[in-house]
Amino acid sequence: MSADVAIVGIGIHPFGRTPGVSGRRQAVVAARAALADAGVGFADLQFAFGGSHSAGDADTLVSELGLTSLPFINVANGCATGGSALISAYAAIMSGLHDLGIVIGFDKHERGAFNTDPAEHGIGAWYGETGLMLTTQFFGMKIQRYLHRTGMDAGVLTKIAAKAFRNGALNPKAWRRTPLSEAEIAASPMISHPLTQYMYCSPAEGAVALVLCRADRAHHYTDRPVFLRGATLRSRRYGSFEVFSPWLAIERADSPTVDAARAVFEQAGIGPDEVDVAQLQDTESGAELMHMAETGLCAHGEQDGLIAEGATEIGGRLPVNTDGGCIANGEPIGASGLRQVYENVLQLRGDAGAHQVPGGPRVGFTHVYGAPGISACTLLTR
Amino acid sequence: MRTVDDSLFTDTPDGVALVGSRCADCGAHTFPRQGGCPRCTGDSMQDVPLARTGTLWSFTVQGFRPKPPYAGPPEFEPYGVGYVELPEQVIVEARLTESDPDRLWIGMPMVLELVPFRTDDAGTPVLTFAFAPAREEGR
Ligand SMILES: [Zn+2]
Repeated sequence: MSADVAIVGIGIHPFGRTPGVSGRRQAVVAARAALADAGVGFADLQFAFGGSHSAGDADTLVSELGLTSLPFINVANGCATGGSALISAYAAIMSGLHDLGIVIGFDKHERGAFNTDPAEHGIGAWYGETGLMLTTQFFGMKIQRYLHRTGMDAGVLTKIAAKAFRNGALNPKAWRRTPLSEAEIAASPMISHPLTQYMYCSPAEGAVALVLCRADRAHHYTDRPVFLRGATLRSRRYGSFEVFSPWLAIERADSPTVDAARAVFEQAGIGPDEVDVAQLQDTESGAELMHMAETGLCAHGEQDGLIAEGATEIGGRLPVNTDGGCIANGEPIGASGLRQVYENVLQLRGDAGAHQVPGGPRVGFTHVYGAPGISACTLLTR
Repeated sequence: MRTVDDSLFTDTPDGVALVGSRCADCGAHTFPRQGGCPRCTGDSMQDVPLARTGTLWSFTVQGFRPKPPYAGPPEFEPYGVGYVELPEQVIVEARLTESDPDRLWIGMPMVLELVPFRTDDAGTPVLTFAFAPAREEGR
């Protein structure tokens, strides 16, 4: 299959906490960096898609970036906001409607676990009042059931978190840049059994922007284009186990991650065995464990062996979350999915510095998961 | 008696039960009640009392005091949360009366209880539902 859409410019505002700098301001920094990387101005762009969860409407960024009359469409899709913006840009270019545009994801959240109003999810107030409306609980119960099903030991969860902090220490744009030992991670406060504090990511701040164009025009902007070979989004099926579910069906079905990953590999005509570097949603370390298999990158129950042999390390045969993932970068909801794509572009260009995967990776995979049971995936090649 | 939401409950000869919906077309169950069937996409849902006993499907323990809208008592104690499979109906999420993870295991028999949750401004206890380890088979 031919590649039809290219990423020719990338920009990021460092993740973490930036007191006194609004989420919108961080978005502008990322957008200007992406434009400079592509060697274009905002006036050259024909479209924009963007969004944030808590930091304002993306389309208002034109007051700072330039009042050029371009169509700027806001995207609001929870953790898949960045992925959905990217899918929209992909469709805009593939349809022939536009040749050059930008996607922007940004956010700035308060400290502490997210608190969500059940009414926004069509759930009664009792669910929040009695203390059930917490994403942290869902991840605790999903990994508990998964470890029971696969027979893996919970000790693998500390290993995954330790890798995240180790990789974050190598990434100048990451938030958590200090390695933590497995013992420190295991001894941190229990948030939601069996998951401790340092196994979880935290709400944070940050912004990412990507400039995209028709693939046959990519060389006008860069001599190292990266091609977007597929971008997919799926919602949950009857029988899957998702966050904010007062009930589950007894009959079981695949998660939206399985559906979105399968679809993106089909769309790209690339197999999971061809992936050289993967960025997977690691809201907590159990999520990375489960998502390794749900995406098809390995078999269920095979993960602990792969992790023990170092396969998911930067120098391993299946490097996962090479920039430190959500655990080391925090999760600004609107920006998180695009951070994964940014990291894979760095990797495919060979520009990732201290966290570069050796051997010249050619295929990069990204995956996000979030409420209310959605997943978005991308495949990049060079 | 005051509960967190009276529409969640119904009286049965065996005691208070949760009330869910059952699809008259395909037999799918939901909790709480809803109008549309998530399985066959139809709209023939009927109220049905849910089983009062089941088995623990998964669990965790809430280790920190949640932000609002959590409305629990001022003194926070970690509480168990789990999914309980009600045979041939549905798996429901609920608080658990047991908060020690070493005393919970997937597959253990559980029974529904109404338990005190908080006290309202008038001093009236507000009850919610929780599943407790079934005594006769508990460890
Ligand atoms: Zn039905």
